[in-house]
Amino acid sequence: MFDLDRWREIFQSINKNRLRSVMSGFTVAFAILLFTLLFGVANGLGNFFKGAFVDSAENTISLRVRKTTKPYKGLQTGRIIQLKNKEYEYIGQEYKNKIEYQSALIYKNFSIKYKNEASTYSVTAVNPDYQFLEKIIITDGRFLNERDLNQKSKSIVIGRLIKEDLFGERPAIGKRVNVNGSSYLVIGIFSDEGGDNQERKAYIPLSTAQMIYGSNDYISQIDLGYNPSLSTDAAIAFGHQIERDLRKKLDIHPDDQSALSVNNMADANKFISTVMFALVLIITFIGSGTLIAGIIGISNIMIFVIKERSKEFGIRKALGAQPASIVGMVVQESVLITTIAGYVGLSLGTYLLSLIGDSLEEDYFITNPSVSPGIVIGATIVLVLSGLIAGYVPAKRAAKIKPIEALRAD
Amino acid sequence: MIKIEDLHKSYPIGKDSLHVLKGIDLHIKEGEFVSIMGSSGSGKSTLLNIVGLLDVHDRGNYYLNGQLIKELNEKKAAILRNKFLGFVFQSFNLIAYKTALENIALPLYYKGMARKERLKVAMDYLEKVGLKDWAQHLPNELSGGQKQRVAIARALVTNPKVVLADEPTGALDSTTTDSVMNLLKEINDEGMTVFVITHEEEVAEQTKRIVRLKDGIIISDELTNISKAI
Repeated sequence: MFDLDRWREIFQSINKNRLRSVMSGFTVAFAILLFTLLFGVANGLGNFFKGAFVDSAENTISLRVRKTTKPYKGLQTGRIIQLKNKEYEYIGQEYKNKIEYQSALIYKNFSIKYKNEASTYSVTAVNPDYQFLEKIIITDGRFLNERDLNQKSKSIVIGRLIKEDLFGERPAIGKRVNVNGSSYLVIGIFSDEGGDNQERKAYIPLSTAQMIYGSNDYISQIDLGYNPSLSTDAAIAFGHQIERDLRKKLDIHPDDQSALSVNNMADANKFISTVMFALVLIITFIGSGTLIAGIIGISNIMIFVIKERSKEFGIRKALGAQPASIVGMVVQESVLITTIAGYVGLSLGTYLLSLIGDSLEEDYFITNPSVSPGIVIGATIVLVLSGLIAGYVPAKRAAKIKPIEALRAD
Repeated sequence: MIKIEDLHKSYPIGKDSLHVLKGIDLHIKEGEFVSIMGSSGSGKSTLLNIVGLLDVHDRGNYYLNGQLIKELNEKKAAILRNKFLGFVFQSFNLIAYKTALENIALPLYYKGMARKERLKVAMDYLEKVGLKDWAQHLPNELSGGQKQRVAIARALVTNPKVVLADEPTGALDSTTTDSVMNLLKEINDEGMTVFVITHEEEVAEQTKRIVRLKDGIIISDELTNISKAI
């Protein structure tokens, strides 16, 4: 296959006819550049959508209550609804099969002090499952466990930035901090992909908070992680079911959206996947359109080029060139040009995407636009194939031209 | 070397067909220097194309070097052309982006000769036509006569059985015409069969045998004074 003489002929032909070669290469390079940018930007949009929800688990349902805004069953507007352990336990029992993780939450803002350093942070009282619901990553020590809950221990898990604020480089695990006047033992440090705010938080056992700060069994919010085996539609139905159930138990008007709000990630997931599907569809359509335009472009140029060279082919044939050698030469030249030009377009596109980086995140919802290696390899294969086709069809025709006809065209 | 018996060729023109060659009988032996004379439309170019395996005949027999030419596909024709025939065209037909030396070496490339060797052989032939110093020049840097000399060297480089020259002096002035014809004469003196097509009486007179063609048939076939003188 590797024929040095053939390559020499091709390089000479490309080199001595630079304008022609550059023109045909440019079409392909431009098509691939557009293709790469398009795919990169689409990926960036996708990344943004996914990133917007990466903070919490994708299968979370949050239940929260506020004052009623509609009278119901003789009860007045403005009645304060309160979630309690009773509801938490009821949900856990009733929907055991559909729930993977469950946690009650109480939100507090407390000052935390270690030696001379002190600051106010958001402190949330939770159950152990909350680690998985919020995708908390323990970097040192451990998260809260059932024993902490049962013993109502004064244990605290602090975010990476709280640790930096209060302890700096010093170790924090096993040290005691002062939280709103009570002494807590630091048992773990965590990081969170949700960003800086999420890493300036601290978690304490729910039972401890109920005992110390309220002497009651009130809770502010219930988070559920539904069973991942549920389909998106089943999960959405599950959210509605819990909502109806709780409205009945807490005597809330069925249409009172404010009194009980259920935030189901399945709704968002469904929305995202619909948007992503539409996006992929559009991109595939436009992307393949761009590629096809590129292929047609190079085919046209090849037809023109071959017409221009028909006399040369006639001479070559008169001198003893076989049709296959003419076809081979044209195809090889075409593949070479498309491959190089495609690679240039791809590299330029990738480079531009890397320049864009995250700079469009705020205004245009594009996060880290890039193309995957699979797309790159796929596009390269398409390129080589298109070079083959673009060269082969007109070359086959050129090889059929009788030398006399080609030589006569003076 | 070339033996033609009752050769016919027609070209379709719409529904009708134009009968160009109407039964040609011609025998050219090895070492002959023959010219085909005729006005335009006499069928001389068609005859050359058939002899040169650039076109196919309809009827009759054509033997090239003793081999009956029949149902040739493009590939076989290409091989035979490369092996037995050398072409010289009126418009030179050199490849514009190749140097004189590379143009001459091209038939050897299609013969499958290694690059070093073919450039060496090509250089020998370039020297033979007196253009050794012009080896690295492109065709557009050469004069008409020089171009035709390069074309003749290219026709000779594979050491063919016959050199076919189609109006080799058609694009040249009288001085260069003479030098090109002298070159062809020299080649013939070395034993090469040379087959020239022309409409110029002066050119034909410098060959050894003139075959006159009119309306697709041979009207005369005689030896020239040059040949008689020898």
